[in-house]
Amino acid sequence: MGLSGSGKSTLLRCLNRLINPSEGHILIDGDDIATMDDKDLREARRKKMSMVFQSFALLPHRTVIDNVAFGLEIQGISKEERYAKAEEAISKVGLKGYGSSKTSQLSGGMQQRVGLARALATDPDVLLMDEAFSALDPLIRSEMQDELIALQDKLKKTIVFVSHDLDEALKLGDRIAIMKDGMVAQIGTAEEILTNPADDYVSEFVAGVDRTKILTAENIMKRPDPVVSVNSGLPVALQLMKKHGMSSIFVVDADKKIKGILCVDAAAPAAKEHKGIRDVMRTDINIITPDMPIKEIIPMMAENALPIAVINENEKILGVIVRGSILGALAMKEED
Amino acid sequence: MVLPELPIGEAVETGVYWLNDNFGFLMDIFSDLIDMLISGFKDVLLFLPPFAFIIVAAILIYLGSRKNLKLAIGSVVGFLLIDSMGLWTLSMETIALVLSSALVALLIGIPTGILAAKNETIFHIVKPVLDFMQTMPSFVYLIPAVIFFGLGNVPGLVATIVFAMPPAIRLTNLGIRQVPVELDEVASAFGTTPMQKLFKVELPVALPTIMAGVNQCIMLSLSMVVIAAMIGARGLGYQVLVGIQRVDIGQGFEAGIGIVIIAIILDRLTQNLTPKK
Ligand SMILES: Nc1ncnc2c1ncn2[C@@H]1O[C@H](COP(=O)(O)OP(=O)(O)O)[C@@H](O)[C@H]1O
Ligand SMILES: [Mg+2]
Repeated sequence: MGLSGSGKSTLLRCLNRLINPSEGHILIDGDDIATMDDKDLREARRKKMSMVFQSFALLPHRTVIDNVAFGLEIQGISKEERYAKAEEAISKVGLKGYGSSKTSQLSGGMQQRVGLARALATDPDVLLMDEAFSALDPLIRSEMQDELIALQDKLKKTIVFVSHDLDEALKLGDRIAIMKDGMVAQIGTAEEILTNPADDYVSEFVAGVDRTKILTAENIMKRPDPVVSVNSGLPVALQLMKKHGMSSIFVVDADKKIKGILCVDAAAPAAKEHKGIRDVMRTDINIITPDMPIKEIIPMMAENALPIAVINENEKILGVIVRGSILGALAMKEED
Repeated sequence: MVLPELPIGEAVETGVYWLNDNFGFLMDIFSDLIDMLISGFKDVLLFLPPFAFIIVAAILIYLGSRKNLKLAIGSVVGFLLIDSMGLWTLSMETIALVLSSALVALLIGIPTGILAAKNETIFHIVKPVLDFMQTMPSFVYLIPAVIFFGLGNVPGLVATIVFAMPPAIRLTNLGIRQVPVELDEVASAFGTTPMQKLFKVELPVALPTIMAGVNQCIMLSLSMVVIAAMIGARGLGYQVLVGIQRVDIGQGFEAGIGIVIIAIILDRLTQNLTPKK
């Protein structure tokens, strides 16, 4: 990710040596692409990586299927086998039935699907995508991004995706490298870059980002201390709340599994009637996972004033979110 | 005169004679090959009687031009006209000369164009040679051709080849240089060998431009084959020449019409061989 002219395409083209790097190493499975001879480089380009281009770069004299089968043809694979594999790739990108179409008859979005299918057909480990969606209309672009994410969930490739659109980078990237003047200014997850920018350039760059879309429950939750065991008595619970100045406390079982929440205004009168925690705790609490974006947590908070419990896959409580936590996260943006 | 008189003419003359004296045997082999080529084409073209030829040609033209019915019908009419003027054999001879010279010109020209597109040094050598070949009046080629090959079809053909080759080289070079960078990158990124890149990407993408070169090459061949009648090439050109010498308007005009018909058929056919963008 970086502004136009920051060296993204150059860096990407170094990875498959369309541009020869002047120094450094490019390691794929321990082999250094940078120092390979022509023959090994060809082999690596055929088997290990393939490329998707901003301008689609389809071969105009070939039909869809012959474009998709191009990489396999170069490897000398028989027509029957390469067509079978190409058909498979064509289905993956949702173009089933278009194999014999001319590429010029397809819309931009469909042409780029062909470009993607061509890159997938050789089943490479690494996909290099240079602004692959930048030439598409915003709606189609967003659709393609979603499909790429869905496809990646299944295929689990290494994808190096170049973009000049920060939103796209944040949406697609597990790790993002921000480039400036031919150098990497920072590399990290979206959260790392947003919460801990490496320099002024990066922080200015990400200043306009809507943090509520990027930051998740995990980034803003507080430690769930203290909690009270469901088997304790109400006086213990009241004591804990008083000591920590809380108006409510989460109730857990022996395995730290969440059971409910106890509010001070319900607990105090009940304690006098010698009732137990189970009798007065509320179970209508919001429970979420750590990866939920803040944007989706805010409306929950508005509906239900109680703190939100963040749990893991075993229902164990990991953290709590109160109103203040969200305000804190949003305020961080204004500080910059 | 600022400079003393330079003996350029003499130098060229000496060079040509020297070549002829020392490499005459090569010229003879070349001459025989060309003769074989021409008679080969002629035999094929004259194998069928006119009527059968016209039917076969119409079918081939129809299929070759991707089902251009107008062109096929036009060709039939044109050939019938040629036959009815009594110019059938002469026309076939002219077509044989055109096809022979164009074939040789393309066999040399297209590979040269490819090399020029791939290699800047070759390009810089070829370019001034092409400029020279194209600006030199075509009649001038006739003189060394006669010295090397005597009179007849062969020297006519050699002069024609030299004259018709430049557009094939130029447009092949241009077509390959115009292949978009991304397509070149696609080829490399998928691990092509240089030959795979050339045959699977560059030549197919450059094909429309190369075909424009083929078309020009054939048309120039036709125009030169007529001029080459001056050094003994046969066919319709010779008929025109005889018409001029005898001031026979009718004969000259009929042969001229024959040439025009052949020109139109060859032009339209080569233009329609590849799909339009
Ligand atoms: N690391 C680098 N060293 C030298 N020149 C570079 C470097 N990275 C990029 N450039 C030059 O900067 C220009 C723009 O680079 P490019 O990769 O096309 O940028 P982007 O794809 O981000 O728009 C190119 O002319 C390229 O040669
Ligand atoms: Mg770029």
